[in-house]
Amino acid sequence: MSEQKILNFMGARIPATALSVIMLVVAIGALAMNGLKLGLDFTGGAQVEVSLSEPADIPQIRGILDEQGLNNPVAVLFGSDTEVLIRTQGAMSDGGETALKRRLAALGDGAELAAINRAPRDQSGFSQQLVFTGAEQSQLTSDDILPSRFFGEVRATTDTAGVSILVENSLDAAYTQELLEVLAEQTGSEVELRRSEYVGPQIGEELRDEGGLGMLLALGVVMLYVAVRFQFKFSVGAVLALVHDVIIVLGFFALLQIDFDLTVLAAVLAVIGYSLNDTIVVFDRVRENFRRMRKGSPADVINASLTQTLERTCITSLTTLLVLFMLLIFGGELISGFATALIVGVVVGTYSSVYVSANTLMWMHVSKEDLMPPEKEGSEVDEMP
Amino acid sequence: MLNRYPFWKYLLIILVAVLGFIYSAPNLYPPDDAIQISGSSSDLTIDAATLKRAEQALSDAGIEYFGSEFSETSAALRFTNGEDQLQGKSVVQDALGADYVVALNQAPTTPDWLVSLGATPMKLGLDLRGGVHFLLEVDVDSAITKRQETSADEMKDALRDERIRYSKFQVEDTVIYGLFRSEELRDQAVSALRSDYRQMLFNTDLPQRNGQYVFGASLSEAAQREMEQDALTQNLTTLRKRVNELGVSEPIVQSQGRNRIIVQLPGVQDTAEAKRVIGKTANLEFRLEAEPDALSAATEEFDYNGYPAQLERRLILTGDHVANANASVDPETNMPQVNITLDSLGGTKMNHATRSNIGRRMAVLFIEYKTRMNNEVNDAGETVQVPEQYVERSVISLATIQGALGVQFRITGLDSPRAASELALMLRSGALAAPMYFVEERTIGPSLGAENIELGVKSVQWGLALVLLFMLVYYKVFGIFANIALAVNMLLLVGLMSLLGATLTLPGIAGIVLTVGMAVDANVLIFARIREELKNGASPQSAISAGYDRAYVTILDANITTLIVAIILYAIGSGPVKGFAVTLSIGILTSMFTAIMGTRALTNLVYGGRKNVKKLWI
Repeated sequence: MSEQKILNFMGARIPATALSVIMLVVAIGALAMNGLKLGLDFTGGAQVEVSLSEPADIPQIRGILDEQGLNNPVAVLFGSDTEVLIRTQGAMSDGGETALKRRLAALGDGAELAAINRAPRDQSGFSQQLVFTGAEQSQLTSDDILPSRFFGEVRATTDTAGVSILVENSLDAAYTQELLEVLAEQTGSEVELRRSEYVGPQIGEELRDEGGLGMLLALGVVMLYVAVRFQFKFSVGAVLALVHDVIIVLGFFALLQIDFDLTVLAAVLAVIGYSLNDTIVVFDRVRENFRRMRKGSPADVINASLTQTLERTCITSLTTLLVLFMLLIFGGELISGFATALIVGVVVGTYSSVYVSANTLMWMHVSKEDLMPPEKEGSEVDEMP
Repeated sequence: MLNRYPFWKYLLIILVAVLGFIYSAPNLYPPDDAIQISGSSSDLTIDAATLKRAEQALSDAGIEYFGSEFSETSAALRFTNGEDQLQGKSVVQDALGADYVVALNQAPTTPDWLVSLGATPMKLGLDLRGGVHFLLEVDVDSAITKRQETSADEMKDALRDERIRYSKFQVEDTVIYGLFRSEELRDQAVSALRSDYRQMLFNTDLPQRNGQYVFGASLSEAAQREMEQDALTQNLTTLRKRVNELGVSEPIVQSQGRNRIIVQLPGVQDTAEAKRVIGKTANLEFRLEAEPDALSAATEEFDYNGYPAQLERRLILTGDHVANANASVDPETNMPQVNITLDSLGGTKMNHATRSNIGRRMAVLFIEYKTRMNNEVNDAGETVQVPEQYVERSVISLATIQGALGVQFRITGLDSPRAASELALMLRSGALAAPMYFVEERTIGPSLGAENIELGVKSVQWGLALVLLFMLVYYKVFGIFANIALAVNMLLLVGLMSLLGATLTLPGIAGIVLTVGMAVDANVLIFARIREELKNGASPQSAISAGYDRAYVTILDANITTLIVAIILYAIGSGPVKGFAVTLSIGILTSMFTAIMGTRALTNLVYGGRKNVKKLWI
């Protein structure tokens, strides 16, 4: 059908299959050994982003955090050397409790925080009720124990269970303020709160389930669509390519331990969309050529189709990669994980549309008969007006 | 052969492009810093006099303002900068007093002719404008358990009336267990109760407990869902009221899924204050009206629809004992009424208090905890706003006791069905509603929001510029067609998002950038086909025609599959993922239109009519 030189893509299918298997093994290995470094959205926990007036000394800040009694605190630079992201697996109140205990120790033995309750509903304006034992009401309400700049207004009552103190700001809110102050004091720079987030543990779990479910659903629907529009063997090829791409992108994130958050999940699902796009374009050509080329083995047909779509595949990947690199360079730290996932996904997706989806057709011995009862589309040119 | 489009197709494309331009245009006008004035209760209307007072206060304080306007429910004033806006807010709040809520606002500057066409700018998400986001979970199970405890008490009463002896009733999780000495007694009880509790599922197929025969009654699926729905709506209603009180412009309070509520407060930075206002509750008190000769030390005066009402200081019970309240119509008199259900302890207390006071009037007192901002001068001599808590109490019902009341009673003599449903709503919101917990909390500082916009716009600009340049170099004249189509595509995308009222978020911007990269795909497919046809020796005109026709099927298949993925993303995703999915799906649709029809129109216009085309610049 053409004077164009047909490239023998399928000639390299054995080494390519080996490459895919190696990449998959590495990716699955990384997922199994390292696991994904799930972001706050999925793990639950709390994080604050602060901006300092001077370049941050991360080891020093880590040292400060370690003394705070937070659950596995992590401090990393975020975008620039004056922005720091602080994250803990638990709640901010863990640090608040530790700080409170330290201040209570000054009151002598036996002073203890016995319970943290929600404020009773008739005590509006207060967010929590802290119950203390082993200390006098007057000692506890002094500004040294519950500083008003953190806790706001406090109101105390004494009963048999101990001293109940209603605080205006919850331990979480109070401690976030306190942490900013501690950081400012110990690093000697001004500290501004840029953003704070708290995600409850049950939310994280649900998001994980939803993310997995979404991915499976997307794969299932795609498989069905391709099976209806093309043929069963094609849908196996398409879905294998998608699974291949998703596993490799996830493996990449596990290997380099890049934060995997909600926006990255969105990117992984977008990779499914993109890679599928590529695969469908190739399949469309394969279907067309099977119907048009009277002679030639399946390998010839597939090679011809891949050669014909090569230009388009390269250019679309190129323009998409162009914008994604712009997003990575200019988009800021919040969006970098998203851009990274898509860049890896586009590269792998382009490769997989050739060497996974088309290759699968070869392995499954696709033939002309698979595509007979011909449909109307892709038929002769002169039918068109 | 020639490639011609019928005239109407050109017209359609131009029309769509013009619409795209009109509806995306409002985004070009930066909004003004403004304040919005509204009444703290809905019956307070804003009139010219109110606005005059605000304007007077601002002129006195020497703050520049412009563009004042008012409608029945709100008024707005604009300022030239953010500092004036902040000062202006406190000046106006002082002048108008606590009856009015003054909120910081971003007033659109869309020209009138655009507004009259319904064109408005896109809304910005919290990550782009700063603010607070909360996710609250309504604990429906505890509301169901409370309802079941009340039902268990009612069942005991009913069985006592029927003279069926029970040994014990208990509620575990959300199931009522009735224990009986014999199987016969149990079966009698179940058949006696079943008709009154149609929404319950009775199960007698349970093992014995301590030699006792047991039945279990659980709420049917439908009844549980209804309760869930009720609890959610009730909490939504109260939350909306409280959020309005915070004086935030354009707050979002909406349900998510079965039992969650999202609250988004743009511009708010003080999380603690917002949490306090959101987390607080209203309460109810039932009290007897004081007798005329009562000692003044034992009475208290409250407002009842503008009239004073003397009530006894002693209260009968609080809203904690109210299990449910709903409005209905008395079937005999056809008058509106409110039915109230108390829990058993409440019923006992109510019975004690009312049986010796028949003929007297009983009041329902509604208690609300509110916050107002006071200006105080701090140590440094600056005026700062300090929140102050205060309590507002008013009588919402005053009705004559017509007999000894128990667990269930009703309030009649209401003016209208609307008054009845309002009273029921207030009773419910004062009753112990299903409790809510904060499960997610995010604060985004205003500087971060502004930075995110800047970064997003920059990456869109660079991405777009590079793609345009590449297409021009690679496809020459056809590259120009594709670039025009891409530009129109951006207009349509932004225009449609503005028109649909979609919220732009940072992942949404990422979606736009990705759309730019992928939108040219359709053109690449078409152009590659045309080149191929030319290479195979087709004439320019037939190459164009074949290129478009053959690529069409491929483009359709490829885009539909991507659209499927985008829709699934939208359906399962939340927050940032949804924002991304919306832009991606709209982008796919608009890009199909511009890349196929748009470029074809341009191609036809330039080459289509010429018979002697020798060479295509592609």
